[in-house]
Amino acid sequence: MEERIITCINCPMGCRVTVRLENGTVTQVSGNTCKRGESYARQEVVEPLRMVTAVVPVEGSVLPLSVKTAAPIPKALIADCMRCLSGLSVQPPIAAGSVVVANICGTGVDVIATRSVAAVSA
Amino acid sequence: MIEIKRDIVIIGGGPAGLAAAIAAREAGITSLTVLEREAEPGGILRQCIHNGFGLHRFGEEMTGPEYAQRDIDKAREMGIEILCDTTVLSVEADHTATCVSPAHGLTVYHAGAVILAMGCRERPRGALGTPGTRCAGIYTAGSAQKFINLESLMPGRRVVILGSGDIGLIMARRMTLQGAKVLACVELMPYSSGLNRNIVQCLEDYGIPLYLSHTVTNVEGRERLTGVTVAKVDEHRRPVPGTEIHFDCDTLLLSVGLIPENELSKGAGVTLSPTTSGAVVDDSLQTSVPGIFACGNVLHVHDLVDFVSDESFRAGKMAAAYVRGSLAAGAELPVRDGPGVRGVVPQKLRLPVEEEVRLMFRPDAVYKNATVVVTAGETVLARKRSLILTPGEMAVIPLKPQEIPSCDGLTVHIERGNN
Repeated sequence: MEERIITCINCPMGCRVTVRLENGTVTQVSGNTCKRGESYARQEVVEPLRMVTAVVPVEGSVLPLSVKTAAPIPKALIADCMRCLSGLSVQPPIAAGSVVVANICGTGVDVIATRSVAAVSA
Repeated sequence: MIEIKRDIVIIGGGPAGLAAAIAAREAGITSLTVLEREAEPGGILRQCIHNGFGLHRFGEEMTGPEYAQRDIDKAREMGIEILCDTTVLSVEADHTATCVSPAHGLTVYHAGAVILAMGCRERPRGALGTPGTRCAGIYTAGSAQKFINLESLMPGRRVVILGSGDIGLIMARRMTLQGAKVLACVELMPYSSGLNRNIVQCLEDYGIPLYLSHTVTNVEGRERLTGVTVAKVDEHRRPVPGTEIHFDCDTLLLSVGLIPENELSKGAGVTLSPTTSGAVVDDSLQTSVPGIFACGNVLHVHDLVDFVSDESFRAGKMAAAYVRGSLAAGAELPVRDGPGVRGVVPQKLRLPVEEEVRLMFRPDAVYKNATVVVTAGETVLARKRSLILTPGEMAVIPLKPQEIPSCDGLTVHIERGNN
């Protein structure tokens, strides 16, 4: 049996939630004040997920392009995701919401632009 | 010099200014200009590339640029004039705003009403009295954020962060993801003022230690920062000898508080509150100078942009009413801070109370299972229970339209729970 303590992030209460695991399966959750705490702690011990946001250089501009993963990805893949983005640069025009990297690190999640960049006027 | 007449002039094109402009336009004001110092509207949101914005207002989690773009698009759709690269030099009590821009030179606006929406600035090193040399490599967290996210520059490689406010936490993660080594986050108080979410996702996720009840006691380096000394503080926040830890680092980021940016307001003769450092306003968000309104972080520092937008919509609507002469001016009652409460906004209430007023403030400490109470003399006007109240999160208590008994003012206080 394994026991892990998770700080809930859903509100300023910051409940210390204790999760009991048997062979990788959650058997008991305690210490949470509300349901959100329970579902967060369950997810967090099994597979923690995070949104990743970053910037990517834009050719011909000092102002980089801000990007995000379209959905949270496994926390363990954040470093890989950043490495994949670090070699990249993009060419305007770019529309907000357009895909910058499809299926990043095999997560099934796209990295998308969070702002638009106008075409460079000649 | 050009002179221009407008019904409403809005100083600042960040989330507050944009929301105020949209609301004023919706209220039928077409003669309206937003003056923005930067090259693009959007304010601080432009550099806040992380997510977590918009949950209250749009029911979805957005990044800063995405949130700003919604308002920018709406304002443009409505034909609202936003002048960028335009710095306002002064605002007068007679609603004159003088500004300069490369495109138009010196311009003087004569407005029916002025909305102050200049936001806030970070508390700088000079305000801290940190000892040591005056070397390069010391930045406010927001400046570092601007360097990385808007100018593609990396401020340093080995970093210590002083202050655990949300911007400092966000920058701990940002610097780490960009390849820097963040050695420590140092907080003077025994608790962090940042969100739990940021403590977990910006520090713990990357194994960055948080030193509570610690501060920076020395800064070393001739040209560039080479190291800082951190020490534990006692209950009077004085460094405890013998507890010093030395960090070799080239960068010190400061995340030690935000101050409303009220230089222009002072020039206009607007009365400021010593508690919020923002204007004293009534429930229409009108300052002590008739026809000058204030909203967003220039009024009081918010935690959530959603609340900034909400407040600013109201300011825009009320300024429009003022211009049309339909803003009711009646008797006013002061709203005071009671035990546990700091910096209630608005500080004045116009009578009668005909629509719901949201009273906002910061608790002076952490309270669990406490109740916020609004009283007029002996009469209780509103009560609201909360599982938790913390200084890091603005508290709100709505006051319903109601008869206010004769009294010399309202008081908001926190009633402790049994925990």
